[in-house]
Amino acid sequence: MRPIRKIELDEISALATGAWILGAGGGGNPYHSFLNLRELYREGKRVELMDPMELADDDWVAVVSSMGAPLVGEERLQDPAVAAKPVRMMEAYLGVSFRGIMSVEIGGSNALQPFLAAAVLGLPVIDADAMGRAFPEAQMTSFAIGGLKPFPLTLADVRDNEVIVARAASWKWMERLSRKACVEVGSTAATCKAPRTGKEVKEWGILHTTTKAIRLGRVIREARRLKNDPIRALLEAEGGKSLFRGKVKDVKRRTTEGFLRGFAEIEGLDSDRGHVFRLEFQNEFAVGALDSEVRATVPEILTVLDSLSGEAVGTETLRYGQRVTVAVLPAPPLLTTEKGLEFVGPRAFGYDLEFRSVFAP
Amino acid sequence: MSTIGIDVGGTNTDAVLIESQEVVASVKTTTTEDVTTGIVRALAALVAKVAGIAETVDAVMIGTTHFTNAVVERKHLSRVAAVRIGLPASSSLPPFVDWPEDLAALVRGEVFPIEGGHEYDGRLIVPFDERGMRNAARRIRESGLRSVAVASVFSPLAPDCEEKAREILVEECPEIDVTLSKDVGRIGLLGRENATLLNAAIIELARRTTRAFALSLKKSGIEAPLYLTQNDGTVARAGIAEKFPVFSFASGPTNSMRGAAFLSGLEDALVVDVGGTTTDVGCLRSGFPREANNVVEVGGVRTLFRMPDLLSIGLGGGSLVEQRGGRIIRVGPRSVGYRLTEKALVFDGDTLTATDVAVALGLADLGDRRRVQVDRATLESARTTMASMLEEAVDRMKTDAAPEPLIAVGGGAFLVPETMAGISEVVHVKHQGVANAVGAAIAQVSGEVDQVFSGVGREEAIGRATALAREKAVAGGASAESLRVVEVEDLPLAYLPGDALRVRVRVVGEAAAPGGRHPPRAEPSAGA
Repeated sequence: MRPIRKIELDEISALATGAWILGAGGGGNPYHSFLNLRELYREGKRVELMDPMELADDDWVAVVSSMGAPLVGEERLQDPAVAAKPVRMMEAYLGVSFRGIMSVEIGGSNALQPFLAAAVLGLPVIDADAMGRAFPEAQMTSFAIGGLKPFPLTLADVRDNEVIVARAASWKWMERLSRKACVEVGSTAATCKAPRTGKEVKEWGILHTTTKAIRLGRVIREARRLKNDPIRALLEAEGGKSLFRGKVKDVKRRTTEGFLRGFAEIEGLDSDRGHVFRLEFQNEFAVGALDSEVRATVPEILTVLDSLSGEAVGTETLRYGQRVTVAVLPAPPLLTTEKGLEFVGPRAFGYDLEFRSVFAP
Repeated sequence: MSTIGIDVGGTNTDAVLIESQEVVASVKTTTTEDVTTGIVRALAALVAKVAGIAETVDAVMIGTTHFTNAVVERKHLSRVAAVRIGLPASSSLPPFVDWPEDLAALVRGEVFPIEGGHEYDGRLIVPFDERGMRNAARRIRESGLRSVAVASVFSPLAPDCEEKAREILVEECPEIDVTLSKDVGRIGLLGRENATLLNAAIIELARRTTRAFALSLKKSGIEAPLYLTQNDGTVARAGIAEKFPVFSFASGPTNSMRGAAFLSGLEDALVVDVGGTTTDVGCLRSGFPREANNVVEVGGVRTLFRMPDLLSIGLGGGSLVEQRGGRIIRVGPRSVGYRLTEKALVFDGDTLTATDVAVALGLADLGDRRRVQVDRATLESARTTMASMLEEAVDRMKTDAAPEPLIAVGGGAFLVPETMAGISEVVHVKHQGVANAVGAAIAQVSGEVDQVFSGVGREEAIGRATALAREKAVAGGASAESLRVVEVEDLPLAYLPGDALRVRVRVVGEAAAPGGRHPPRAEPSAGA
């Protein structure tokens, strides 16, 4: 790929579609972020995407995310000026200049967060993230797996509130402290996580995931245009696997410790008629079982797609009667290493299960 | 209780008289350009059939597609001043941001961003800028705009900013129409605001239309109160309904579903309404259409408010049946529409339509069957194609694997096969051609609440929501004694502290006879 290139608006729309699929049912719908970028592009702003391999080892990279409750995001809408604030705070606090901005999470609306900040600040977006999907907690990142420093963190809201978490004893402590501040300012805040050097990004980042999400979105859109099956096209292009096709027959949700937990049961159609597939979720889909035999778990990307349109269906929007296909996309290799599974394997989500890849021979 | 239901559609104006739960009389007339003439004619035809009803009828319920057509056809729209309260939040996505350009160009007046709004837990984002609001109100007065839409962040939970804004607007511009988003929609600022803006854009049209309806009644010698039917299958007094025309957007399909429920006596069933060009499939729960939980597009605008969950497919009595080499390749979505009686083969036309197939196979008796010179195998193949289209649509709307009954209504009901997968029985009903007007005539008054509760238990949250819903229903013209809860739904919300729970409750009751002038009668009237 070219080391640095301009991103067009239709690529951002494809990114939104692809990121929603990589969200594995969570991560929040990127619709508002997309609208913001459309407005910024109308004003003449353009964002560039930079290959992380072009970073110098001592470059600094900002790692941004929007933190909070998806429901709050439906009322207090994403704002590019706010997205840019913690990045400026971090530069001032550390006395560094950033070479570029990356997302902590390519799954869901956070895939577009660095674009919002980048459009305001005139910096490129770095083509990488730290999850390769969406996860519910801040310690579930490749940087945490790599044992990198969890601090400092800057957080800003739409008023004049700015918070710096200077140190935290662990990634989990960082999650607790920053979550507290986030709830206090209304359960929605823009953050800049512990910045990374170019060397750290190249070593521990999940690389080229922005390009991947754009590619996913394009494959789906192209298949729809040609009236082909978008799901088959997606799975072929990404080496994914379809596990089940059916109709949602039951959904139970509850909130515990700040998570949307629950399960959905899907009744088989076509060649899966007579079988039931059960999906357990904690914000994102975590475990999938066919007739009570576990078939797929985190960290592989369990995704539920509308069987006709190929559009991803979130854990908050699943409902009775939907025709869906359960599919799995491969996880970034780092996440399925022994060290990776400690942070993001089934046990990290409270399931007493060994991880076994859907793609294992 | 004696009620008249009128359905003012694009083509036909239908009216029925219902007394003591029976359809006493029904008429079908043509909709007129001015609407009023058509209604007066329909009422005159009804009075001619049942003498004396003008004096004895208790209520008149009108359902109309007039308001939604205005948006879809971009006609009769007013320019709107948009007040968004929430600064400094949500400022990068101003009102109209996701509207189709052509519609925004017709409706967008001025936009006023104001400081204020709430957090999810009821705290203010920043104090409400009352002075800024007053300045905006004065600018609106000078601009000559007559209708304002006000949307404040989290107003469904904390209505104070919107209410204060209305106070100021009314003080500064006494003649102005104000629509508050908290009265229209749900959590989800853009979708709720969009519905509010649409409401403000057609509020003038709604007032003119409602007054024309009232005039039609007067001309027909009817003094009974007038109600307009709503998206959820209930009615509101004309005086209230004319302020919320968006609540009448889907009253066409809703009324036919409610009519189907009444005519069949079924409370839980699927309903298929087969028209000339499209078929609507809906789902009845406790006698009411199931509501859509998600965004519903109206005229290209994403809205979030009370709308029925409907699936429309391009199949109807006028659908084109296309064949190649003796094989059916497609039925619909192209249709001869209202020109069925000149285009279809059975009416001496030159186009093979779904109706022709049904007539040739003996499923319907219309026009001249001998005009359909198509071989049996092709006809059967067309029938199979249509049956599987309907089966697929019906199955998509089912929420449960257990077999359910299905009610077939509409002019093309004969296209619905007698047996379908997942369907226990296909029910045909009398008066199915006027199911819309029947649905209007039997409509009740509702009150709905959709709110987030924090820090209270599930039971108390549902209890509070139910009390609020009852208050709303009584304000809308329901008698308190007749109220019953028809829907309770609760959804725990991720991330929010204090076991936050979103609760939706809906209650319905009989339209209360106003001021005892038309007390409910114990016996059917003499005219019945």
